Amino acid sequence: MRLTCPHCGERDAREFTYLGSAKLLDRPAGDTGAEAFHEYLHIRENPAGPNAELWQHVMGCSAWLHVVRDTRTHVVESVSLASGVAR
Amino acid sequence: MRYSAWQILKNGLTGQKGWKPVWRSPAPRPEYDVIIIGGGGHGLATAYYLAKNHGITNVAVLEKGYLGGGNVGRNTTIVRANYHIDGNTEFYSHALKLWEGMEQDFNYNAMMSQRGVINLAHSDGQMDFYARRGNAIRMQGDDAELLGREEVRAAYPYLDHDNARFPIYGGLLQRRGGTARHDAVAWGYARGADLRGVDLIQNCEVTGFQIDNGRVKGVETTRGTIRAGKIGMAVAGRSSQVGQMAGLRLPIESHVLQAFVTEGLKPILPGVVTFGMGHFYISQSDKGGLVFGGDLDFYNSYAARGNLPMLEHVCEAGMALMPMIGKARMLRSWGGIMDMSMDGSPIIDKTPVDGLFFNGGWCYGGFKATPASGWCFAHLIATGTPSPHATKLLMNRFETGHVLDEEGTGAQPNRH
Ligand SMILES: Cc1cc2nc3c(=O)[nH]c(=O)nc-3n(C[C@H](O)[C@H](O)[C@H](O)COP(=O)(O)OP(=O)(O)OC[C@H]3O[C@@H](n4cnc5c(N)ncnc54)[C@H](O)[C@@H]3O)c2cc1C
Ligand SMILES: [Zn+2]
Repeated sequence: MRLTCPHCGERDAREFTYLGSAKLLDRPAGDTGAEAFHEYLHIRENPAGPNAELWQHVMGCSAWLHVVRDTRTHVVESVSLASGVAR
Repeated sequence: MRYSAWQILKNGLTGQKGWKPVWRSPAPRPEYDVIIIGGGGHGLATAYYLAKNHGITNVAVLEKGYLGGGNVGRNTTIVRANYHIDGNTEFYSHALKLWEGMEQDFNYNAMMSQRGVINLAHSDGQMDFYARRGNAIRMQGDDAELLGREEVRAAYPYLDHDNARFPIYGGLLQRRGGTARHDAVAWGYARGADLRGVDLIQNCEVTGFQIDNGRVKGVETTRGTIRAGKIGMAVAGRSSQVGQMAGLRLPIESHVLQAFVTEGLKPILPGVVTFGMGHFYISQSDKGGLVFGGDLDFYNSYAARGNLPMLEHVCEAGMALMPMIGKARMLRSWGGIMDMSMDGSPIIDKTPVDGLFFNGGWCYGGFKATPASGWCFAHLIATGTPSPHATKLLMNRFETGHVLDEEGTGAQPNRH
């Protein structure tokens, strides 16, 4: 499996670490209440198919990346900088 | 037929002609009292204990593939009860006791072998932690022994005891732990359930639920609609997907875990050895193959096979622990989809849908749980209240903060 880092180009998956669902970008505001944080922290769609997720290019430029990857085939549909993802 | 030494002798003398298929292959009936979704270890054990402990025999197990084709037939067969958090300790303790009587109970040879499980320690700090963990295990009534350097060296002479990075200081041994023949566990429960009247229905995938006013009425399947007032899910790595059909929102991610086996070798490993520092564990099967594995592939996956970087990593760790392993040829590798929960511990509970019960989140440790999982899930389905052995494996523990996080790694399923 390879990911194409917007800064570094196509790189081996071993250069990256995985955090989890890209929903982690949508952190609720501090006063939203426990239920919203439970949903944010614990509940996952966990699709068998395209999954939006967060990877970090730790052995490269260190950028956090927003990756859409098919969990059945590991085909990567898109990679972009997490900082640029509209929220 | 009851299996016995006499039957083996008799069939040996009569050309092995007396053996019969071990279970029936019935067509699904339109309605049952209870439906169990998933014919893995947990689903089959649940059906068995529903019949045996609660007298509920109008039960169907619906399996989308063949019985035992999921994780129950893919795991590395390690059985142990060496957890240290309340909620887990009593549950796995119950499981180990059931393992010890299982074969007599269901009259099937599951090749349960209490050969011991040792967790290696490589620092004073780790020895202290294992002393504490051993105490927690003994408080629960199970066995744990802290071994020193020389005792580990005597039992496992082939390990690299003086490794520069991870010298072996000792280890925590549980003698009652060991391995069992994974397929035979599924087959034993399947046969036991079938003999008590349970319908085991293969090639029957659940594709939807019938829910009326918040109450479950039945399931849609590839073999038609089947009704039941009580339905239990035990679909392991597919929990999220089956759950979604009933509107459940689950604290689960699916990840792949790989395992590997070498050609058969002479006996070299008397028990199961875990090398936590290297994320590696190994045992030797009764056929002589070295069976080993390591971590998850780290990213969500529904591909029932793993990727090569983890293979490389596991083999490196194996070489670090046991350099001689490099001479063995690897025969096969495979993967299974794990239902990784947000705290690394399982869930056996009711759901917001009346009559629908959930069993899942077993992570990479659900084989050892099989008998207790079935026992406790059957209790919950039959009585509507959690079994006394599983009072803390609740769905809402993530909301209330009562998580069971053995590793202390937080809501990060790939780290458990
Ligand atoms: C490589 C590997 C090594 C492991 N090692 C160990 C170990 O050493 N010790 C240990 O304790 N645990 C281990 N485990 C974990 C253990 O195997 C699992 O936690 C456990 O088997 C899960 O429960 P099960 O047996 O019921 O799952 P499964 O056997 O996976 O049963 C679930 C069943 O549900 C069926 N299903 C799914 N969706 C549907 C549907 N829609 N309709 C009908 N049926 C459906 C599936 O086909 C499957 O047969 C390991 C797992 C793997 C993959
Ligand atoms: Zn980069």
